This record gives sequence, structure tokens and C-alpha cells, in this order.
Amino acid sequence: MSQREGDLFERASEFLAMFRRGAEFTRELVEENARLRRKLLELETRQSDAAQDPKEWGRLREELVDRIQGLESERQDVLDRVQSLEQENRHFAQRFLEIEEENNHLANLYVASYQLHSTLDLSEVLRIVVEIVINLIGAEVLCVYALDERSGLLAPVAAEGRERASFPSLALGSGLVGASVQRGEILTREAAQGGAEGEPLASIPLRVGERSIGAIALFSLLVQKQKLSALDHELFTLLGGHAATAILAAQLHTQSERKLNTMQGLIELLTR
Amino acid sequence: MQRHRILIVEDSPTMRQLLVFALKRLPGALLVEARDGMDGLRKVTSDHFDLALVDINMPVMDGLKLIHLIRDEESLADMPIVVITTEGAEEDRARALALGADEYLTKPVQANKVLAVARSLLKL
Repeated sequence: MSQREGDLFERASEFLAMFRRGAEFTRELVEENARLRRKLLELETRQSDAAQDPKEWGRLREELVDRIQGLESERQDVLDRVQSLEQENRHFAQRFLEIEEENNHLANLYVASYQLHSTLDLSEVLRIVVEIVINLIGAEVLCVYALDERSGLLAPVAAEGRERASFPSLALGSGLVGASVQRGEILTREAAQGGAEGEPLASIPLRVGERSIGAIALFSLLVQKQKLSALDHELFTLLGGHAATAILAAQLHTQSERKLNTMQGLIELLTR
Repeated sequence: MQRHRILIVEDSPTMRQLLVFALKRLPGALLVEARDGMDGLRKVTSDHFDLALVDINMPVMDGLKLIHLIRDEESLADMPIVVITTEGAEEDRARALALGADEYLTKPVQANKVLAVARSLLKL
């Protein structure tokens, strides 16, 4: 068989298959048409009987009323279900927001805690404390005070927004900062009631167990930060404990290094 | 999975860690950190990035200078830039946007806000 004859044969087969499909479709259409005709005839007969026979008419009416009632009840069920799903959806959306917020809080707390314990260098720890207060709380002016237990004075050791020297040393128990260190409580200006001008917005005592070692005082917030939030108070609590531990650990580390150097120097002197 | 390379230019280790923490939730995110503007410029010109998060107040080179240099470079002209800064004044925002920043977020910033902005700029 030549190429041309092969092509013709293939096209003829395709045409035949298409024709068969068309015939099948036509047969289905004819059958459907016959079924619909029968249905129509049945309904017409029933309607005409009903028009002549009041009993049949009553039965038909009852059937329809039952059907309508059934559909209405079904509709009510669907509406109730939609309402319940909408409520469930709202509940999930609310829970999602709460979990997202909690996630943000935990991220901030984790990062703050991780950074505070990432070094034993005192100046680095103080820099991290300042960084956390600026970046995570949004403070513009702040000062970190260290308590000298012998003199009972709180001396500024780190500051941001103003020169450290511009912050005076404070006596334990005096003013918002002194009071918060003495009482071991976070105090805010509102809570202090009628704090004097120049007093900070908030003072966070730095405590290791029952021992106070200083405080962080927040004097003003960044222009875009209107007020302190619930998360800020959680961060205050974390800073009060973790910053204090980190500062104390760094102080002890510095002291032990100094002592080690002195002893090494002494040993070298004796063994020379 | 499609990779999204994101550059974080921020001098504060605390903020860098917080941003990494937030952006790690983006599927396929590959995060690169730079400690100042100069470090950021070096990294952005030597590798491809889909997004850059830039602080303004940084040592060596500030964020505004970095944005200016990025936008001057033809191959980086379309890279989205998000500014994350403590500077909340309207004129600071206007200056950064005029230089070519796409978004301006002020600190303290919430992780989910950063994530939403990154998703939007990366068209995820």
C-alpha cells in the first residue's frame, strides 16, 4: 500500500469513528427526548386528573406542601451549618492572631535573653542592654545605673540619647529610680503618682535573687512609640532578671581575670 | 522550592537575630547578614539578592548612603529595599522613600509585620 493510500485509509477510519460517535450521541438524544415526553405526558395526565378529581388535587397539593416543608427544613439546616462554620472560622482567625502575637512576644523575649547571655565582657553586656531597650522597647533616652553597695549610690554606667555624664548619681530610695531599686519593683511614672520633672517614664530594678545591683531608667520613647505596651512590661521583667545576671556574671568574670593576672604576675615574680 | 535570597544590613546583633528569626519562616528564604553599610554594599554587589532590609543609623556607611549607591547601580535598581529604623519622623521616611526604598518600618518592629512586608515584596 502506497503512502497516499495509507493516509486515505487512516482518514476514512477517523471519519467512520467520528460518525459512530455522532450516531451514538443521536441515539442518546432520541432516548432522552422519549423519556422527557413520557414524563411530560405523565404530568399532564396527573394535572388533568387533578383538575377533574378534587381528591387527586388535594393529594397533589399535600405532596407539594410536604415537599416545600422538607426543602425549607433542609434550607434551615444548611443556614445553621453555614452560621456555625462562620462562627468557627471567626474563632480560628482570632486564635491565629493571638498565637501570632504570642509568637512575636516569644521571639522578642528569646532574642533578648540569648543576646544578654552571649558574652562575659561587661561593656558588651551593657551595650546589649542598651540595644535591647532601644530596638525592642523603643526608648529614645535611657540610662543604666549600677548600685555601689558601700555608698548606697546609683551611678550611671551606660546611656543612650544623652551624654552619660549628664545623668547624676542617685541615692538609694530617692526618686523613682532609687525607690524602684530599694523596693525591687518596676515603677512607672503613672504608678509613682506625681513624680517630679526629670524623673524617668519607668525604672526597672536589676536584681539577682533578692540582691539589687542597679536599674535601667527610661526617660523618653521614640517619636513613633506612643506608650508602653504589655510586651514592654514582659521585657522589663526579663531584663530585670537576665540583664542583672549577665551584668553580675561579667563583673565577676572581670574581677576573676584581674585576680588571675595579679596572681600570675606574682608567681612570675617569685619564680624568676 | 524557589529560593529567596534576603540581605539584612543592620549593626545591632539583637535586631539582626530578631529579623533572622522572623524571616526564617519564609519558605525557601536564604538569609545573609551584613554588619554595616559598607559590608552590605560589598555583599549586595557580589551576589544576587531578591530583597534587602536596611537600617539607617550604622557605622562606616549609613543606610541612606547604601540605598543611594544601590539605586545608582543599574543591575540593582529593581531590588526591593525595606528600611527598618528608629527614625520615626515623617521627613526621614520621605527621604528614604525618595532615595528608592520600597517600604519604611520603624522600630520597635514586630516579627509578623516584617514577615508580611517581605511576603508582599517577594510576591509570595
